[in-house]
Amino acid sequence: MTRWWRWLLPLAAVPVLALLAYGFRLDPRDIPSPLVGRPAAPFTLTSFDGAPVTLEALRGKVVVLNFWASWCYPACYEEAPVLEQGWRAYRDRGVVVLGVDIQDKEEAGRKFIRDFGLTFPNAPDPTGRVSVDYGVYGVPETFFIDRQGRIRVKHVSAVTEPVFRETVETLLAEPAPGG
Amino acid sequence: MIPEIGTGALLVALALAVYGATMAALGARWGRRALVESAQHAALSVFVLLTAGMLLLVYAFLTFDFSVRYVANNTNLGTPFYYRITALWGALEGSIVLWAWMVGLYTLIVVLRHRTSARELYPWVLAVMLGVVAFFLLVMTVPAPVFARMVPIPADGRGLNPLLEDSGMITHPVALYLGFTGFTVPFAFAVAALVTGRVGDFWITTTRRWTILAWYFLSLGLLIGGWWSYHVLGWGGYWAWDPVENAAFMPWLTATALLHSVMIQERRRMLRLWNLALVILTFALTLFGTFLTRSGVIASVHAFSQGSIGVFFLAFLAVVVLLSLALIAWRWDTLGAQGELDSVVSRESAFLLNNVLLVAATFTVFFGTVFPLLSEAVRDVKVSVGAPFFNQVNVPLFLSLIFLMGVGPLIAWRRASLENLKRNFLWPVAIGVVAAAVLRLLGVGSALVLLSLALTVFVAATIALDVVRATRARRSMGERTLAALGGLLRRHNRRYGGFVVHLAVLVVAVGVTGSQTWSVHTETTLQRGQEAELAGYRIRFDGLRESQESNHGKVTGRFTVVEGRGAGTVLQPAKKFYPQEQSPIAYVDYRLGLIDDVYLVLGDFARDGSSATVKFQVNRMVSWIWIGGLVLTLGTLLAVLPEPRRKAA
Amino acid sequence: MTTSAGRRTPPGAAVLALVLVLLGALPASAQQPSRPVDDRQVHEVAADLRCVVCQNLSVADSPSEMATQMRAIVRERLAAGETPAQVRQYFVERYGDWILLSPPRQGFTLVVWVAPLVAVLVGMGLVALLLRRWTRERRPPPPPVDAAMSERIRRELEREP
Repeated sequence: MTRWWRWLLPLAAVPVLALLAYGFRLDPRDIPSPLVGRPAAPFTLTSFDGAPVTLEALRGKVVVLNFWASWCYPACYEEAPVLEQGWRAYRDRGVVVLGVDIQDKEEAGRKFIRDFGLTFPNAPDPTGRVSVDYGVYGVPETFFIDRQGRIRVKHVSAVTEPVFRETVETLLAEPAPGG
Repeated sequence: MIPEIGTGALLVALALAVYGATMAALGARWGRRALVESAQHAALSVFVLLTAGMLLLVYAFLTFDFSVRYVANNTNLGTPFYYRITALWGALEGSIVLWAWMVGLYTLIVVLRHRTSARELYPWVLAVMLGVVAFFLLVMTVPAPVFARMVPIPADGRGLNPLLEDSGMITHPVALYLGFTGFTVPFAFAVAALVTGRVGDFWITTTRRWTILAWYFLSLGLLIGGWWSYHVLGWGGYWAWDPVENAAFMPWLTATALLHSVMIQERRRMLRLWNLALVILTFALTLFGTFLTRSGVIASVHAFSQGSIGVFFLAFLAVVVLLSLALIAWRWDTLGAQGELDSVVSRESAFLLNNVLLVAATFTVFFGTVFPLLSEAVRDVKVSVGAPFFNQVNVPLFLSLIFLMGVGPLIAWRRASLENLKRNFLWPVAIGVVAAAVLRLLGVGSALVLLSLALTVFVAATIALDVVRATRARRSMGERTLAALGGLLRRHNRRYGGFVVHLAVLVVAVGVTGSQTWSVHTETTLQRGQEAELAGYRIRFDGLRESQESNHGKVTGRFTVVEGRGAGTVLQPAKKFYPQEQSPIAYVDYRLGLIDDVYLVLGDFARDGSSATVKFQVNRMVSWIWIGGLVLTLGTLLAVLPEPRRKAA
Repeated sequence: MTTSAGRRTPPGAAVLALVLVLLGALPASAQQPSRPVDDRQVHEVAADLRCVVCQNLSVADSPSEMATQMRAIVRERLAAGETPAQVRQYFVERYGDWILLSPPRQGFTLVVWVAPLVAVLVGMGLVALLLRRWTRERRPPPPPVDAAMSERIRRELEREP
């Protein structure tokens, strides 16, 4: 082999090492959702209070759909007060906060709601159908649905007050659907 | 107190390791024995300090010293005694200590064994090994300080990951690490050979036993890992092509290739460049393995943690790979082959093909493992590459390798005549074909399974043929059969050790084929006293029992495997509730058999014990995999026996 | 169904209309008959899906609650008449290609399927080159004796007593 070809051997290792280094910038647990921009899947659940909860009935409002579980510590514990405050602040402006308790025991879910004094509607999803329909792979996950019923933002991990406020304000500023 | 003493000891060890590596290299470069001897003393001191550090850590575990953060994070007051010792390697920081200690131990052995027998290479070997130890010491003091202090000192620790409270946990990391670290020695010798220019056969014949033993421990570690996965994780499988499993499998594949290509270098003086590259690749893959496990770059069941430790490992990997490959490039001209070949149909070709297939399999596993990274880097889309891919793609490669296992040992060196081929392969091929026909008649439908089992029979037949013929030859000289066989195994222990190892691979292959093809499972909810049936086995749910263990609560289901009239085996799968864990850990119970394993996992249950959901599996042939491990041990022992001294002619 | 307003419908036609209305009330189940689904079919589809909470186990193998729920959904959809491909597509639409344990055999991901084959071919190619070099580097055979030389040898041999 001619003199310089042999140096291809160590050089060949460089792109592989670079790829591995690139891996540091990624989070393997963060999966982008293909549902953003698409219509939110309809569902009907029964809330912890026994009342039916249907997504279609909320068309025309901005919906903050939050998936949680009582065992999801610390993230769900951090965001529960944020969601409750957001609910109280925006419920008169056409925003609904809707919580869905997944992979949980009913008593544990009720205790969670009691402990945080949540007043927005919460429903258990015992079969997991709704969570799978929304491509949920962990808790907490929050979907911000606009007035036309389209998913606009998917937020993984605890929702913070700035995130809640900014997203909701942006969606509220959009015109309501005609008719 | 302990955190400070421990950290101090490790820092001193780090300084000594760096000093030793430098002295050994300089001593080699300038030809000064005194420097090399100083490095030797440094190596000894490093080992003593590492041992002291490890013992100190064990002491901290045994005395519940929660001022050490590692102890607080990995045990609590309820952790049983033996798990407190094995918690030493239960998480990231401690695993680095174990790794470093083993490399230190191997360095000491190298010092004792090769100090005089490998005069020219030895100083460089010492330098490389101390360099590796130094790196791991750096990791355990800077990014992952094992003796970090916990402030404030908690009243109780967090506890060991419950999945690790198992006998497999005690042995799997130890075996695996003995394997991984074992490859440091051949690597050090390879680098020494390249640096000194003595790229002949000496470096490789000297490290032959190291390679075999490291390979053996790695095989053992993989098998124990499979056993642990099988009886702890509750899914009834033993291998998931998880990225970290793959990371341990890749060096195994290249090491297997090396074990074979070494024989070509020894007999025919060819493939010297290739063998050097293969040793370096194997060592690099062991580093890649620790990098994957600890960097969080690829999601995995095994991944310990994220943090800056990944950067350290990647940097070290980069240095090792680039420098070693540059050394090869530098010495390229001296690495030509010195032998000739008469025909493409020869043992050399079989071995070359073996290497191609093994390295291709390595590449496949590597590419599949890092492909999610590549996909995200190139087009920002996340994909998964999991078991279905690896199974489909690797099966043809492995079947071809099994075929070669039958061909390689019997085909002639240099040139295999038609006569040689007929003599050695006619019978085995015929027997293999007959076996396939018989299996077909017995109802085996799948072509793939038929092929796999027929190949296994073919290879077994080649081995039997060789042993029978050779024993007969010795008997014709007057020896009795048993003595002839014994003498044969002892005299040619390398060859027959290799045969036994091949047999072990066959046994494992049958186990894998059988379990993938014929295992059945179902999931059912039973009322108390109700029975379920699967594959001829009936189980009856007899009730639940609650209990409190030292560090967890437990709900145990009682199931009886009903057989005939007598009392059947009682299986007690359970759910363990650890306070620090979010969801309960399943405790599997099983009854192992040569052909059938009855395997139960407890699912949901009614609080009053009136009903329970159970995952009921009958796994077939899985025990063959573990038996294969035993055979592997025997074969390796036979192969590493010292050459028998030749009787005077 | 149209009605002709203003015309008196004969009784037979009324019965027919009633029957047709009743038949029309069953469209959903008539078009998608409920199929019995066995464990094996569910297992086959579930084995291709990634369990989203356990990292690298399939939905078929995973003991987690989410995987159990996903298996139930697979079973439900198969029973409703969907093909395995359609069930997989349902999950891909919600989770992305990531949910499939085996990357799709098209587009960019085709690369990972082709790579092993390429590796083997390249390896075999290198081996072929190597073997050719090894079998060619033999000592050159001695030059054949030409006619003049053999004649001379013969004559000299005859001259020997």
